[in-house]
Amino acid sequence: MSGAAPQRTAPGGRAPGAGSALGLWVRRGLLAALVVVVAGLPFVAGPFGLRLANLIGMYSLVVLGLVLLTGYAGLASLGQAAFVGTGAYTAAILASRFGLSPWLSVVAGIVGSVFVAWLIGLITLRLKGHFLALATLAWGLVITGVLRNWIPVTGGNTGFGSATGNRIPPLTFLGDPIRGDREYYVLVWGAVLLTLWLVTNLMRSRVGRAIKSLRTGSIAAASFGVDVQRVKMITFLMAAALAALSGGLHTYRELFIVPNLASLNASIDYLIMAVIGGLTSVWGALAGTSVFVLLKEQLQQVLPRLVGRTGNYEIVAFGFILILVLQYARRGLVPMVDSLLPRQPERPVREDAPPLPPRERVSVAGPLLELEAVTRSFGGLTAVNRLSFTVGQGEVVGLIGPNGAGKTTAFNLITGVLWPDSGRVRFAGRDITRLHPHQIARLGLARTFQHLNLSPSLSLLENVALGAYSRTRSGLWSGLLGLGRAEEERVRAEALRQLRRVGLGDDPFARADSLPLGKLRLLEVARALMADPVLLLLDEPAAGLRRHEKEDLKALVRRLRDEGVTVLLVEHDMDVVMDLADRIVVMNHGELLASGTPAEVRRDPAVVEAYLGREVA
Amino acid sequence: MFDIPLILLFEGLTNGAIYALMALGLVVLYAVTGVINVAIGEFVMISALTVASLRAGAVPGSVYLLVAGLLLWAVYDALRFARERRAGRAALGLAWPVVAAAAAYAATLLASRAALPYVAHIAVAVALTTALGPVSYRVIIQPLPRASALVYLIMTIGLHLALTGLGLAFWGPQPYTLPPFTSGRVRWGPVLLDHQDLWLLVLSALLLVALWWFLGRTLHGKALRAAAVNKLGARLSGISVVRAGSAAFTLSVFLAAVAGVLITPITKMAYDFGFLIGLKGFVGAIIGGLSNPAVAVVGALGVGVAEQFSAFYVSSAYKDVLVFLLIIPVLLVRSLQHVDFEEHVE
Repeated sequence: MSGAAPQRTAPGGRAPGAGSALGLWVRRGLLAALVVVVAGLPFVAGPFGLRLANLIGMYSLVVLGLVLLTGYAGLASLGQAAFVGTGAYTAAILASRFGLSPWLSVVAGIVGSVFVAWLIGLITLRLKGHFLALATLAWGLVITGVLRNWIPVTGGNTGFGSATGNRIPPLTFLGDPIRGDREYYVLVWGAVLLTLWLVTNLMRSRVGRAIKSLRTGSIAAASFGVDVQRVKMITFLMAAALAALSGGLHTYRELFIVPNLASLNASIDYLIMAVIGGLTSVWGALAGTSVFVLLKEQLQQVLPRLVGRTGNYEIVAFGFILILVLQYARRGLVPMVDSLLPRQPERPVREDAPPLPPRERVSVAGPLLELEAVTRSFGGLTAVNRLSFTVGQGEVVGLIGPNGAGKTTAFNLITGVLWPDSGRVRFAGRDITRLHPHQIARLGLARTFQHLNLSPSLSLLENVALGAYSRTRSGLWSGLLGLGRAEEERVRAEALRQLRRVGLGDDPFARADSLPLGKLRLLEVARALMADPVLLLLDEPAAGLRRHEKEDLKALVRRLRDEGVTVLLVEHDMDVVMDLADRIVVMNHGELLASGTPAEVRRDPAVVEAYLGREVA
Repeated sequence: MFDIPLILLFEGLTNGAIYALMALGLVVLYAVTGVINVAIGEFVMISALTVASLRAGAVPGSVYLLVAGLLLWAVYDALRFARERRAGRAALGLAWPVVAAAAAYAATLLASRAALPYVAHIAVAVALTTALGPVSYRVIIQPLPRASALVYLIMTIGLHLALTGLGLAFWGPQPYTLPPFTSGRVRWGPVLLDHQDLWLLVLSALLLVALWWFLGRTLHGKALRAAAVNKLGARLSGISVVRAGSAAFTLSVFLAAVAGVLITPITKMAYDFGFLIGLKGFVGAIIGGLSNPAVAVVGALGVGVAEQFSAFYVSSAYKDVLVFLLIIPVLLVRSLQHVDFEEHVE
């Protein structure tokens, strides 16, 4: 859920980034208390308490998946329970009908669910957030419908298990069946703690950063080499796997399952738990689930007596709770409490970490970037018409033109955001005409955005770090297991260096939305530099800057040129372009109007006319 | 040999017309406010069961909901006026929701006691339900003016839960039925239509045409469309986004309320029947990409027809499954286009 209010000041009015040892100890204390409660519960709780604790554990797994999917990646699912159901039924049917070992059947349930999720993801994951939500809702209804009606296989509404003539063998440990809530507790909470560890690791890793970057719009992520579709799919599959694991645990706890496990109501319940706890916090998954389960238990006792009739009236309360939480505590319980606690100090950047290896530079014979008769129209409007120009290695080229000349479209055609109708684009000796933005980014092209594309709620350091995505390698598994730490330290050190390079190194842990526009533009430049680009594309970097900020920007671009970075600059500000560019390309009405040195272009009558209008003779 | 398909077609169109009313309301609402109202089907249920209560001489629970909502409205306004320090306007601003609440309660009480004709009960129920539209907007959506479609979607899920649960509390789990507007049958070839089917088809067609005229030809309709296309531009031309949002909620809930009284004489209604009707309207709206009213209406009619045909030729147990699978080809087409990034392009 994006849309955080801009310009949020740090809680308590303290300087952002300041933290205290107290904040650290308070959090460690809370974590210790949680560990004590989880470890001690089986010794003190009665059977009823243990039953609830197991429910909380099993629900938490699903909700952790939702935190990944909806909280971090911004992809909503209203069908998560369908994956619980798929996992549960696959496990139950394989163990009962086909004699598969119970443990293996849980694994098979996860595999089956992930496979179903993959099929669904293939045709739904390209959709925008709310479309995806509706699509998953429809999928959920379809899967539940099958579970309810495919009676020979699933047993239909009466359920599947011993009571309906399908004996499910129990899970065993060293030959002993795991029976009763006390023994099951160890299993469930073992799985929860393991998942928490994996997810926490992941979110601190390179892939985790890519997942988080999806929330504010996929284009920034793609422009730094993130294969957006793939990362979305991975996240979707992980959430489905967690749901299916929960489903498998459901199957073997009661040895009896019903289709309601997969119902839309169950999916909505998971969403409520996630929203109450806080969608952007793994601890929120535990908190939200606990609050939900305990509150539901109470309401189910009280409300029917109040109404004088049995029924699931607690949904009224949860409906209003959902609305009120979103209205007054949108971030949920855990982030809210977290912001009330004293801040904890940020993990310091290890500046002694070895630098990231520089990008391999291919030496190209011809120009570095070459557009050849590129055309793109929207409906009847030809925004770019047979545009050709080149950018040579080490050059600073300015692309200018009056409003509506097609500069931004040209920019998007180069970066792969749009594809041309005809013509070719070559970069570093390769045809990139039909490549996606993330593929082009991996070749060493980095860009800034005219309309800022940053994550407002993340720190400057985190925002910049995304830029190194295409230069780093650690993948999903090393992220989950926490193996990519060394590379992460190098990325953080590099990010700090780039922040200093653009003059933002004073407070790397400040939230991006605490900066004024001018500094945010520099932040965009720092992120692009983080990619160690072969070609740097700056999209109106001076727009909205004050005079001294412009001077800083000009100095920065000159330094970059001296270091050998090739720059293509789209800019309105003539002063900036004339000062910086070695060569200028002028566009008008989507076509190339003129090109040459700043002095030549300035003298060109066609350019003067385009900018100032025809002189009346 | 075409008898059965023809009969199925008409049955499908009857249901489809109801889904079309839903779909149209959803598309207009989404365009104007960015809200995807999952709770739309609950208003179908509320209007129908309100008529049932009135006919039984009971005060329907929905009026308490309306009164509570209006009082909340007053509270929200009071908070806002206090924040903006405009005590002068406060008295007037607070008075009218309270007066409206009192009037609504009095009118409903009267309608339940007096021996009014059926049509009057229907009018009261539709009016009462429709009034819940702007109230929902004021109390749920308006406090969060710039949230994402996703946040709104989750909020209306909350509304769906609350209204379903309240429906259960007000009316219990049993289904209710209403008498047809007029009784009798019409034969047309092999097709035998109840009068109520005709009422439904004709009235929903009239509503759709009226709405098309309203949106396309009248100033208010054009203002709504302007607010849908460009919020800032609309505001600069003097169109209040809040009022447009409120109007869109009113309109979509009104359509749902009418749908409720049209369909209940044919299919019965219980506290949890509305949701599925609303969801099938969604399938139609999604076919129209949530943006094209005409395609949404055609899509919704198609949903109704597909539902009847699959119930007859495939399996009645799987008819809902098949209806929801209908959106897959639509999604496929959308996902095959390289439109991934264009939403960001200026």
